[in-house]
Amino acid sequence: MIRRASVALFLTIALCCPAFVSAQSAGQSGGELHFCLHGEPKTFNPLLVEDGQSEAIRYLTGGVLIRLNRQTQALEPALATSWNATPDGRTIKFHLRTGLHFSDGTPFTSEDVAYTVKALMDPQLHSPTGDSFRSGDGQVVVQTPSPDMAVVTFPSPVAGLERLFDQVAILSAHSPKKEMAVLGPFYVADYSPGSYVLLRRNSNYWKKDKEGKALPYLDSIRLDIQGNHDIEILRFRRGEIHLINSLDADLFDRLQKESPAAAHDAGPSLDSEQLWFNQVPTAALPDYKKVWFRSTEFRKAVSLAINRADLSRIVYAGHAQPAYGPISPANHFWFNSKLPAPQYDSAAALHLLARAGFRFDGSVLRDSSGNRVEFTVITSAGNKPREQMAAMIEQDLSQIGIKVNLVTLDFPSLIERITRTYDYEACLLGLVNTDLDPNSQMNVWLSSAENHQWNPKQPKPATPWEAEIDRLMQTQASATSDKKRKADWDRVQEIVAEQQPFIYLINRDAMSAISPAVIGSAPSVLDPHAFWNADVLRLGPDPALGAQR
Amino acid sequence: MKPLQKVAASVLCAIFVLMALAAFLVPAPYARQFRDIPNAHPSAAHPLGTDALGRDSLSRLLYGTRVSLLLAPAAALLSTLIAAFLGSVAGLRGGWFERVVLAATDLSLALPWLFLLLVVRAMLPLDVSPLVSVTIAFLMMGLLGWQASVRVICAAVRGIRDSDFLLLARSSGCKPARLLLRHIAPNLRPLFYTQFLISIPLFILTEANLSILGLGVMEPMPSWGNLMRGFEDFSALSANPWRLAPLVLLVIVVMCFQLILPPQEVTQ
Repeated sequence: MIRRASVALFLTIALCCPAFVSAQSAGQSGGELHFCLHGEPKTFNPLLVEDGQSEAIRYLTGGVLIRLNRQTQALEPALATSWNATPDGRTIKFHLRTGLHFSDGTPFTSEDVAYTVKALMDPQLHSPTGDSFRSGDGQVVVQTPSPDMAVVTFPSPVAGLERLFDQVAILSAHSPKKEMAVLGPFYVADYSPGSYVLLRRNSNYWKKDKEGKALPYLDSIRLDIQGNHDIEILRFRRGEIHLINSLDADLFDRLQKESPAAAHDAGPSLDSEQLWFNQVPTAALPDYKKVWFRSTEFRKAVSLAINRADLSRIVYAGHAQPAYGPISPANHFWFNSKLPAPQYDSAAALHLLARAGFRFDGSVLRDSSGNRVEFTVITSAGNKPREQMAAMIEQDLSQIGIKVNLVTLDFPSLIERITRTYDYEACLLGLVNTDLDPNSQMNVWLSSAENHQWNPKQPKPATPWEAEIDRLMQTQASATSDKKRKADWDRVQEIVAEQQPFIYLINRDAMSAISPAVIGSAPSVLDPHAFWNADVLRLGPDPALGAQR
Repeated sequence: MKPLQKVAASVLCAIFVLMALAAFLVPAPYARQFRDIPNAHPSAAHPLGTDALGRDSLSRLLYGTRVSLLLAPAAALLSTLIAAFLGSVAGLRGGWFERVVLAATDLSLALPWLFLLLVVRAMLPLDVSPLVSVTIAFLMMGLLGWQASVRVICAAVRGIRDSDFLLLARSSGCKPARLLLRHIAPNLRPLFYTQFLISIPLFILTEANLSILGLGVMEPMPSWGNLMRGFEDFSALSANPWRLAPLVLLVIVVMCFQLILPPQEVTQ
């Protein structure tokens, strides 16, 4: 009787006092993590992912053979316990975990790996992930000598082969649920277009914690579709969502003032902001301007005259670092640490310009023919940090007599000008980089590439240094030794620093917001910054969301 | 003129005087960046503080007023002239011509003018100075903002088309151009005046909207529109209420223009 009364009393207290329940469950398994996607996921097929929303879902649901640890930047075993790549870079052998099942209970074997790789490389599918693996003509051969071993042979060497498998979520060859059967920590349980995607815990997930407890800890993740960043931060403040994966400096600063424990700056990210001049020979620019823009001294002088420390301090409130070049210092392996730090020196800039035949009369800079040095910088409209950077560059360059006009254009018009009509003089834009490997930048650095922005689609390299970059990029792409590839890529970074085809300005910090209620978070500079370790995240006491639950 | 109208006119005059004398009143050029003191509070050196880039806010407000208050009336004048011409001719001719003009007006009212402005802005040559760029933007607003006035003016002309004084003028051999200029226009002058005054705040707000989208007046030139972009950060705004100065000025000017409109009985 007394025992029954005690149980009844405990239940009464528990039901009447959610805070008590919440405190009891602090740091324990279970609960639903909430955060926002900034748009509709375009696909749930992991092989067809090309947008950020689908990528987030692939990351949370997809089981991969090899996982890139977002914090250490090292490759770790996932569905494959080990792997060996042959020295020629064409073949990779995976030893797979045994006894695993997809979320729907279908067993996982090497047949699934073979099925996935074949689908990935199927030209009819047009998989963006598969493009990274295409190294030459010929068929990809997948052998499955046993259920726990798969051998994949590519027709030509693939640079950074192992790392590419971080993007390949394994599909089931036999499941009737097709791509909805997954091997990752969560599976898609519900999707309401325009509203939310609900992911539930995959009880067949292979990973366990140190105590041998099955992961993930969370019961579910609800991804609300919310395109407006202001509403997103408002919901975070109200406690309706637990994290914001990426924040700009403005919102970060606001949040840091209100709740410092929730604002996380993981340091410089892979993203950069850069300025470049139009060097396209057929561009409708006056000939004398084309001569300026092709002059290395001119570009270096402009670079020297820009105060990057001020850009970081004022525009990004200190949440950015002056950029060295195409690789951010956040990329531990590929960054060339011997590159000189970016300098701000107006006197040195004027000295370089004088050497190139420019004359500065104290207020105006003129070229050797007497033309006033003046150009227009275009940038994307509505992007406040870029507009502010452009205004600061305008003042910096006025110190060496260069007049800069600023024009903001809506994004489609800007892209039209820089990729089709080439009707512009200089452009200030950012590059979002999600991949550590320099191979992902092939479409920027090859002179024949479409994204070789300063002078794209060249039939043959216009300058000796571009020819040298072409050679180095092709050599590193076919090399299998990381040491050799690193040496080539280091040299590319040196050439870029010497020639400044892109004047790199800053690397933005990776900033995110994570509620103190989320236990186990470890924000990373690599994407996804805030939920890369979603399988080990737990929810602690959180009054707002606790009330909702 | 009623006392309230006198007050409104005086306030507008004072603002115009301040705007004209901006060069002598401001503590620093509007584009100069004091990078050591971004987002500074008001001080003797910077009475309205500084913006995010350390530029003097008072200077930017006065120069921004100059841009907005000079170009908006110019655009309003242009749109009123177009509307007066089209509305009067359509109203006087009547018949199929009136129907065609009104159909064209309805069609252009249905056009997404914002996108049209974006397209025109994107097609402009890039090597134009900020002043030329903003002038073109207001010119476009003037050329695209006449539709509502056309309908009002056309209706007013239709109302007097068969009046005795016009019948008398026609019977005396008066040509249509003379009818318009000497007989109709003087009768509709208060209406034209009203349409002009109504359009000014409309164009100021349009420029503000375009600037909030980043497509109005180009940096570093200030305007009320791009000064109001700082309002995105509401928490900073509540902590620094002096940043509301452009909005306060805009509200005052729009109210003054509304107050000095002629009384309704005069315009009818």
